[in-house]
Amino acid sequence: MRALLTNKWTKAAVFVVCLMPLGALVWRGFNHGLGANPVEFIQLAAGDWTLRFLVITLSVTPFRKLLNLPDLIRFRRMLGLFAFSYLSIHFLTYLLLDQSFDFAAISKDVAKRPFITVGFLGFLLLLPMAITSTAGWIRRLGGRRWQMIHRGIYLAAICGVIHYYWKVKSDVRMPLFYGALVAILLLWRLRDWFFKRRSMAGAKLSPQHAPANPPSRLIF
Amino acid sequence: MLIRKAADLTYVDVTPKQVYLNRRRFLEAMGIVGATAIAGRRLFELAAPSETALAASKFSGLLKSPFSTTEKENSYQDVTHYNNFYEFGTGKEDPAKNAQKFDTSNWMVSVEGDVSKPRKFSMDEILKIAPLEERVYRHRCVEAWSIVVPWIGFSFSNLVNLVEPTQKATFVAFHSYYDSRQMPQGKWAGIEFPYVEGLRLDEAMNPLTLLGVGMYGESLPNQDGAPVRMVIPWKYGFKSIKSLVKIKFQSKMPPTTWNLAAPNEYGFYSNVNPNVDHPRWSQARERRLGEIFKRATLMFNGYGDQVASLYAGMDLKKYY
Repeated sequence: MRALLTNKWTKAAVFVVCLMPLGALVWRGFNHGLGANPVEFIQLAAGDWTLRFLVITLSVTPFRKLLNLPDLIRFRRMLGLFAFSYLSIHFLTYLLLDQSFDFAAISKDVAKRPFITVGFLGFLLLLPMAITSTAGWIRRLGGRRWQMIHRGIYLAAICGVIHYYWKVKSDVRMPLFYGALVAILLLWRLRDWFFKRRSMAGAKLSPQHAPANPPSRLIF
Repeated sequence: MLIRKAADLTYVDVTPKQVYLNRRRFLEAMGIVGATAIAGRRLFELAAPSETALAASKFSGLLKSPFSTTEKENSYQDVTHYNNFYEFGTGKEDPAKNAQKFDTSNWMVSVEGDVSKPRKFSMDEILKIAPLEERVYRHRCVEAWSIVVPWIGFSFSNLVNLVEPTQKATFVAFHSYYDSRQMPQGKWAGIEFPYVEGLRLDEAMNPLTLLGVGMYGESLPNQDGAPVRMVIPWKYGFKSIKSLVKIKFQSKMPPTTWNLAAPNEYGFYSNVNPNVDHPRWSQARERRLGEIFKRATLMFNGYGDQVASLYAGMDLKKYY
């Protein structure tokens, strides 16, 4: 398993798989598969895939720990960047095709409509994460500051779910589904963090019970 | 090695299921299955005309209407495969998929309440109330998309005059058909069924208010509200109730489905109005299906000359 996860071709294969939703949209575009409202189809598909990739990215750490597969970390940055890429498509269709880059109308829309505001906030949280996703930026910022920026994904995922929930007219099944997934992933972290604190407090009192593998603070 | 007899072999042995399913999907995507399905339906009608007469009967001798717009009509494909009919699912393509077996035979519309001549109409009787016209109307959804549809029907006022409302009648309530067995997707819609709507009597009497029985020269397809529906072109689409079974004249303002679901978002009047936004999105612009960029939304959806006087002196921000 370790060999498979560290193989560079595995990473290439995952990259191609992550591109497939985009490929499907392009294929549909050339084959009259985007329905009667192609702009909406692309916008909603890109929005859906943003949420899916946020959930997948947030699943990396729990799976690493639960399955004892630390090498899964090798895919996390790429998955997060795909979430941001699909979000960029989603956001660009709004800016260009819904609002025709009319920035006065856009700023009014963002300020006035809670579901746009919260979606925009999610974008603002993910943008610095995408920019500082390189090794160079980790070095420049230092692990602690870098990690603070990148904890933004927790809030961004919540923003995404609320954005979706506030957007639908009455059938809230899908927003609740994503909400449940994000809630599980965030509660798992809360639990993990809580136990870690307890075990660390215990370690201070009685050093003989110190955990064999002190949890790395950088890769949470 | 065992050699099977020919009788044991089925098509599954010849072509693996996955392969022929993929091929079918591929053909479907190329529109070939669609074309043969239409041809097949025509053949089926010839074979069993009584069964499907309602599903695709063509209307002839339709009158032209001065209310028709000259704007480009949307394609039949778009209008029948992108619409809301929450009883059949909340996705835009769900109604086309899930309404196919909707049984509209022996349809009756009951007209009751404050009228001198309450009665039930069969579809045959409805079709004889007045000469059928083709009316090409703009249709604006509250979700900020719009279409241009050649409807078939006649002014609703023709039916009103037949039943003779009494002095008490100031409003008209409409009820859609609902049957959870025929519409199993309805339980996930998040709104109450049967769907109910209403108009003020003077709105209902406006000549633009259409009792629709068809579109594109044919009877209504199931997903667009077969066999009979309302079409009120200056109001948001959800006011134009589908698959109508009950019309009740009354003195009280009737409850309306979307108003019950979210009173701060959907009012009783729901006139198309670019100056009054939905709380969650702007109504100033709309996307006409088939166009990439949004266009400006017109007051009363462009029907102000005919209907603005109905609302003289009313604060349309308050009565949204």
